[in-house]
Amino acid sequence: MSNFPWLSIIIFVPLVGIFFILLIKGDDETTARNARAIALWTSVVTFLVSLGIWINFDNSTSEFQFVEKVIWIPSLDLSYQVGVDGISMFFVILSTLLTVICVLASWVSITDRVKDYMIAFLFLETLMVGMFSALDLILFYVFFEGVLIPMFLIIGVWGGPRRNYAAYKLFLYTLAGSVLMLIAILTMVSVAGTSDMTILLKYDFPASLQSWLWLAFFASFAVKVPMWPVHTWLPDAHVEAPTAGSVILAGVLLKFGGYGFLRFSLPMFPLASADFTPLIFILSAVAIIYTSLIALAQEDMKKLIAYSSVAHMGFVTIGVFSGNLQGVEGAIIQMLSHGIVSAALFLVVGVLYDRIHSREIRAYGGLVTRMPKYAVIFMIFMMASIGLPGTSGFIGEFLILVGAFKVNTWVAAFATSGLILGAAYMLYLYRRIVFGELIKDNLKKISDVNSREIAIFTPLILTVIVMGIYPSLFLDVMHVSVENLVERYQSALASAEYIPTVEQ
Amino acid sequence: MYVAAVFLPLIGSLISGILVFFKISLINNGHEDAKNRIDLISQIITCGSMLLAGAAAILVFLEVFINGQNPSIEIFTWVGSGSLQFSWALRGDILSVLMVVMVTVVSSMIHVYSIGYMATDKSISRFMAYLSLFTFFMLMLVSSNNLVQMFFGWEGVGLASYLLIGFWYDRPSANKAAIKAFVVNRIGDFGFALGIFAIYFLFDSVSFDTIFNLAADKSATTINIFSTNIHALTIICLLLFVGAMGKSAQLGLHVWLPDAMEGPTPVSALIHAATMVTAGVFMVVRMSPLFEYSEVALAVVTVVGASTAIFAATVACVQNDIKRVIAYSTCSQLGYMFFALGVSAYSAGMFHLITHAFFKSLLFLGAGSVIHAMSDEQDMRKMGGLYKLIPVTYIFMWIGSLALAGIWPFSGFFSKDIILEAAWAAHSGVGRYAFWLGITAAFLTAFYSWRLIILTFHGTPRADEKTLAHVHESPKVMILPLTVLALGALFVGVVSVDYFVGEYAVEFWKNSIFVHDSHQALANAHLVPIWVKFLPICIGSSGIALAYLMYMFAPGLPGALSSGFKRTHKFLLNKWYFDELYTKLLVKPAFKLGHGLWQAVDGLLIDGVGPNGVAAAVRMISRRVGEIQSGYLYHYAFVMLLGLAVFITWFLVRGYG
Repeated sequence: MSNFPWLSIIIFVPLVGIFFILLIKGDDETTARNARAIALWTSVVTFLVSLGIWINFDNSTSEFQFVEKVIWIPSLDLSYQVGVDGISMFFVILSTLLTVICVLASWVSITDRVKDYMIAFLFLETLMVGMFSALDLILFYVFFEGVLIPMFLIIGVWGGPRRNYAAYKLFLYTLAGSVLMLIAILTMVSVAGTSDMTILLKYDFPASLQSWLWLAFFASFAVKVPMWPVHTWLPDAHVEAPTAGSVILAGVLLKFGGYGFLRFSLPMFPLASADFTPLIFILSAVAIIYTSLIALAQEDMKKLIAYSSVAHMGFVTIGVFSGNLQGVEGAIIQMLSHGIVSAALFLVVGVLYDRIHSREIRAYGGLVTRMPKYAVIFMIFMMASIGLPGTSGFIGEFLILVGAFKVNTWVAAFATSGLILGAAYMLYLYRRIVFGELIKDNLKKISDVNSREIAIFTPLILTVIVMGIYPSLFLDVMHVSVENLVERYQSALASAEYIPTVEQ
Repeated sequence: MYVAAVFLPLIGSLISGILVFFKISLINNGHEDAKNRIDLISQIITCGSMLLAGAAAILVFLEVFINGQNPSIEIFTWVGSGSLQFSWALRGDILSVLMVVMVTVVSSMIHVYSIGYMATDKSISRFMAYLSLFTFFMLMLVSSNNLVQMFFGWEGVGLASYLLIGFWYDRPSANKAAIKAFVVNRIGDFGFALGIFAIYFLFDSVSFDTIFNLAADKSATTINIFSTNIHALTIICLLLFVGAMGKSAQLGLHVWLPDAMEGPTPVSALIHAATMVTAGVFMVVRMSPLFEYSEVALAVVTVVGASTAIFAATVACVQNDIKRVIAYSTCSQLGYMFFALGVSAYSAGMFHLITHAFFKSLLFLGAGSVIHAMSDEQDMRKMGGLYKLIPVTYIFMWIGSLALAGIWPFSGFFSKDIILEAAWAAHSGVGRYAFWLGITAAFLTAFYSWRLIILTFHGTPRADEKTLAHVHESPKVMILPLTVLALGALFVGVVSVDYFVGEYAVEFWKNSIFVHDSHQALANAHLVPIWVKFLPICIGSSGIALAYLMYMFAPGLPGALSSGFKRTHKFLLNKWYFDELYTKLLVKPAFKLGHGLWQAVDGLLIDGVGPNGVAAAVRMISRRVGEIQSGYLYHYAFVMLLGLAVFITWFLVRGYG
């Protein structure tokens, strides 16, 4: 099976789905129904195929697997080259899983231009999978930036009343970063003479150049993560995006930054990474405390969860730049966990929005009386979000903090304080929505989650619990790749006789 | 057997939880009568699995008691990341097994009691599911073989406590108390978590066996933490102790415990008296191999414990809510346990933990029985004269109070006595501090216990006619568990004193507790002067006498005292103003800061200078160009194309083509 083009199939099946959706003809209702069905089948097939790379994955090597290489533009030495290792593999599956969830979550809430909507999501899937599996720098860039096009459309066409402002903000933030990153990519290709990432990962760039390249990539990744203070696009984008848009945004797109740091910054520019680690640590620690405090004061459910995302992603960047095994593995687990949990929390909000059409916290209260199943689902994801042991959220944060503590105790302490604030704002949110007396008239007839919604939440709940109780299922896959990454990072520092400027 | 003892409650909880939804769907489909049947099934399942778990636990205990330490049972690996390896496992030493027995026995009694107490509640299955879930987490905590599983149980009991305090979710005060309990506990967990990180940093392991084996080697190590070089084990123990303070409601982090009384009374008995709040004590005992190498940490434990003992006792003397009196009493007794640990009398602390579990849950359930009889009235000012109406409860309250006040031969006598003697025998400054505060608190303990008894059961009835007419003795299903606990309060002390702290102590504890050779407080406790031995019981009796004097024979006295010492009374009544202080210094500022950062920094500064500023500029330019709605997408696509164009040009110029 090793020659089976797994990744290309995952990348191109959604495009086939798009092709069929384009063929649909008929009145609006038939079109919508068929578009939904095709999108669902396509995404389910893609997801099932993507499980194939997990099943066939070889845990014992840090080399890229399922590699496919096709020369694209020979004169420029450009190639279509894809492959995954223990770091990127799960992100591919995360993308395909969440696409299925998104299609299901939009089943009834999207009635306008369903055909285009489903096309946008399938296209997004292609680009996301492509991004995580690209092994050519130029190809990576195309996927990395291309993702924003369907994302703009989803926010700009199916978004809320201030969608233009939100899309515009997202555009402005990413613009600056992407230009700088492109320049950096061009420089790398010209210095190293190739755009093949498997070679670049072993290439030692001169120390002086590393800093510039690092900063250019940082400009792009920091916005995606998003790190403080370039995070302000996120709350607006989430608030305006439709539920499924928020799911993909929080679930997958925010991981681009963290993945980028792991794939590029740490292994390709190790010296610069070490130099800039204090900067990352400070920004991340500020993000955790700052956005948690802001989340306490939110009146809008989606904004609250958006701000909490910034705090959770602050843990990721701390873990990546702790540069040791626990920190990096924790960061990957945290990204996967956040991908599931924050996506689920946006879906939880979506359930209410579909029924009452309000995101205001004060519009709710006492829902447990009418919606006990909903209350349980919400409770599980809330607990995962505040990192209760036994859920995926705990494993990620715990590993990150253990890793960070070895490098810098202050950062670990500040980040740990986020656990207190995180509990405060989530419990406060839950209390205002779910607990209390049910007094509002429009809530008295609200219906509990239906079987479609249960079908959406069940796989997410299972993942959260399995990852929390038996994370080895995931950790074993990434060990060798992460060890290799950490070794490369540490040996680069050692050979440069680098003395860390980081204080203990 | 051990696995069954720990996991049966989880199974019971899950089944009961599923039944909750089964019940709802049946009722929604018109089967109104299903409620009682389903509730009965879930009561049978949860109580049955708890009783089985209790039986299994007793067997395991006997096995360990006779054979010595059992090997740990590893279930499966939890996390493996480099040298950080830990498993789901059950530890087989006497300390764990003893706690497992105590937890399962007390919990099964409270499960049974709840059948009667909650009989008229509308969410019986949910309640039983929560109770069993709590028990499972507590068992995971005490049976843990590594720090992280302990943390799992630790946070898990926090979750269950949160769910149970807020059980009546339509009461705003219950919701508030539930959040307070969780968040204040998280402040403690913050310390605990950092302690775990520091332990891993120092020992490269989180497993108890490895840590304990290496402790002596690392006893002189300093680590660089928070930019200072510091004695490693001292900082580790202090961080862990912050966690213990949160869970066990010690001075400063105690504020959540009195509010937690919002939960149903069986919850207060199980979680907020017998089991969860003692987790902090258990943790320090478990970590004794580390604490023994840090004099500073031990001194801190002693001082905090003794201060809590006296603080909570003073507050308990003026409270009017029957449950709050007992809650502050719990806080105070936990203080005793801690200062026992602080003078290295770990086994004495554990002894008091076990006896306290019995007599305090007896007191709480007795109070529950009173509240049940009084149609949910908790204010003692509206009680009085009940002893003839509910004589059985009255007797149980006497037994519990006698044990609490440390009167011979009730179980509290033995454990409190040895703690105070050990404190004296420590022959240190902090030991003396603890001894004298402990003696004073013992006086207050006896005083407030009988104040409670007299206000509730004696004097003229102060309740209205309607309530009084309803007063009735509790049903058998509530009396039976009370009887078991009362037997515990009567006999646990006298039966087990020789094993816990007497002549068989060394064989009983084996290696599960470590005491450094230089710490001889417990060994010397038997050699204290005769007056030290007799002082506690004398002081206890005089506390009882004073209560009789003030509330029975000279009922005008309390009123006169409180108006005479208005300020002191108000200070005590308001619990030393801790809540007010925290609200003013922490809670309100956090919300204000959050709002301020959001509006000012995010809104005005970042957005103003960043995107909105640029937006304004762009709008100006585009107005001039005349194409306002060109669409961002095209901008974006344009930039990308531009980028690619630059790229291709670059290569062509450089001659790679």
